[in-house]
Amino acid sequence: MKERAGKLFSWLNTRLPIINTFERHLSKHPVPSKVNFWYLFGALASVTLIIQIVSGIWLIMPYSNTEEEAFSSIEYIMRDVDYGWVIRYIHTTGASMFFAVVYLHMFRGLLYGSYQKPKELVWIFGCTIYLAMMAEGFLGYVLPYGQMSYWGAQVIISLFGAIPYIGESLELWVRGDYYISGITVSRFFALHVVALPLVLIALVFLHLVALHEVGAGNPEGVDIEEFVDDDGVPLDSVPFFPYKVLNALVGIGVFMTVFAIIMFFFPEGGGYFIEMANFQKANPLVTPDHIAPVWYYAPFFTMLRAVPDPLGGLIVMAAAVAIFFVVPWLDRSKVASIRYKGIYSKIALTLFGVSFLTLGYLGTVGVTEVRKIMSVICTVIYFAYFLLMPIYTKYETTKEVPKRL
Amino acid sequence: MQDKDKTRRKVLIGLTSAVGLSGLPFAATPFIAAWNPSAKAKAAGAAVKLDVSKMQYGQQIQVSWRKQPVFIIRHTKESLASLDNSLSKLADPNSDLISEPYKGLYPTRSKSSEYSVMSGVCTHLGCAPKYFPEIEPKPWDATWSGGFFCPCHGSMFDIVGRVFKGVPAPTNLVIPPHMFEGSILTIGEDKEL
Repeated sequence: MKERAGKLFSWLNTRLPIINTFERHLSKHPVPSKVNFWYLFGALASVTLIIQIVSGIWLIMPYSNTEEEAFSSIEYIMRDVDYGWVIRYIHTTGASMFFAVVYLHMFRGLLYGSYQKPKELVWIFGCTIYLAMMAEGFLGYVLPYGQMSYWGAQVIISLFGAIPYIGESLELWVRGDYYISGITVSRFFALHVVALPLVLIALVFLHLVALHEVGAGNPEGVDIEEFVDDDGVPLDSVPFFPYKVLNALVGIGVFMTVFAIIMFFFPEGGGYFIEMANFQKANPLVTPDHIAPVWYYAPFFTMLRAVPDPLGGLIVMAAAVAIFFVVPWLDRSKVASIRYKGIYSKIALTLFGVSFLTLGYLGTVGVTEVRKIMSVICTVIYFAYFLLMPIYTKYETTKEVPKRL
Repeated sequence: MQDKDKTRRKVLIGLTSAVGLSGLPFAATPFIAAWNPSAKAKAAGAAVKLDVSKMQYGQQIQVSWRKQPVFIIRHTKESLASLDNSLSKLADPNSDLISEPYKGLYPTRSKSSEYSVMSGVCTHLGCAPKYFPEIEPKPWDATWSGGFFCPCHGSMFDIVGRVFKGVPAPTNLVIPPHMFEGSILTIGEDKEL
């Protein structure tokens, strides 16, 4: 029996590079021996992606993508489908958690210079994933066809209208109707469940392949490839299995606990994860009194609002995301990690973090004069962090990076 | 391979690619065009008619055209006479920044001396501004003299939909094509335009 299984396996392996791929990318893949919790969020993001795909497939089954039935089919899922509420709350909580771990993952990148040579492509694929996620999240939010789905989409689609000359016809083309109707919902549905998930999966694949080619980083910013043993394996590395896997399992355990607590006890997240207005069916004739985005778009929404002109707002908002792509070329520092960078980098990153969180808060509350000024200041700090990076990273005194981890 | 052959190969590759690429717009056409409003959507977006003679003076009603709100107001003589009072607050009192269909015809900006007909879609990001006709101090403006306030981002317009200075909305509310046949108002169509 055992012999037969072995034969079958070797038959397979001569036709498909199973062992090779498994060893190269999983079991024997060398990872830095000393990393901290910041290095968990990549794994958590992959876990969340799988959760979203599985719960998403189950949501497609009872969901109806027509103007008349979209909203009521969500209520049907919540009330009449056995455990439908669990599956839906997994998906809505998953969306928020996906953004949470990805934001922390990106911050890790800025903290330890995970974009520096030769990891530029890993970083760019990552930024593209984030962009695709933003689109995916927006499209998904429209599908329940509640009040906030409708008016949120109205604001976002109006942004296309701010583009000179072609704006208005572009808006009409995106909607396929004179308002956000069932036609719009069903095309967003197709994009949300087929097109963008395919793009996301392809990008995650590229992100990982590129990462495994250049090797993962570490909080010290040490290049572990410099000292290798006779087999070419870095001395300061451990194999992915069991070291990294068991490590990640602890993180996943904690993550799942938080996930479950939110999902079962605070699925609406106080209106930040699912907004209250979305418990009403879309009404094109009545705007809700207060339109706020879900928390993960809030910082960018604040920037949009800080600029008095729609086209200017659109440009600022797009630039805020686009600027991430060029970070590998903005950082002129000799060292990767914040631990060895100078005081300017530390101040800049702190200010950036604070302004990003403040922008996020401002996006969820109403506008007053003081908040308007604050949002302009924070937007300026946000951009200054990136635009001044070539200067403060080049002219600050950095500490000597050790040779070994 | 000789240089001559290499050049020949390059030309052939170039030509083949060009022919192949020229098919791309044709192949893309159905996919792009399928996103245009369908015949059904266009039919549902046709003009709407209503009788406005039953409206009270000062009353505002909302009509849905293409599922977008259209505001109709029957102005009192007093409110039309006081339009100029808030002139200093307005960003574009004569609608010079937009292509206005009935420019200079009446202070109502419409084809009627009594009724205003305007799109209820905020020119900032498409919310529906709310009608506050009272002349009294409001949280957003201590010297409020009646008009529209957008709850989304705080844009303000006067009672004929002209935008205030210093608000997010860049232009006055849009006037949709319309016509009056007696007291029958048609929105979305104008035979004279």
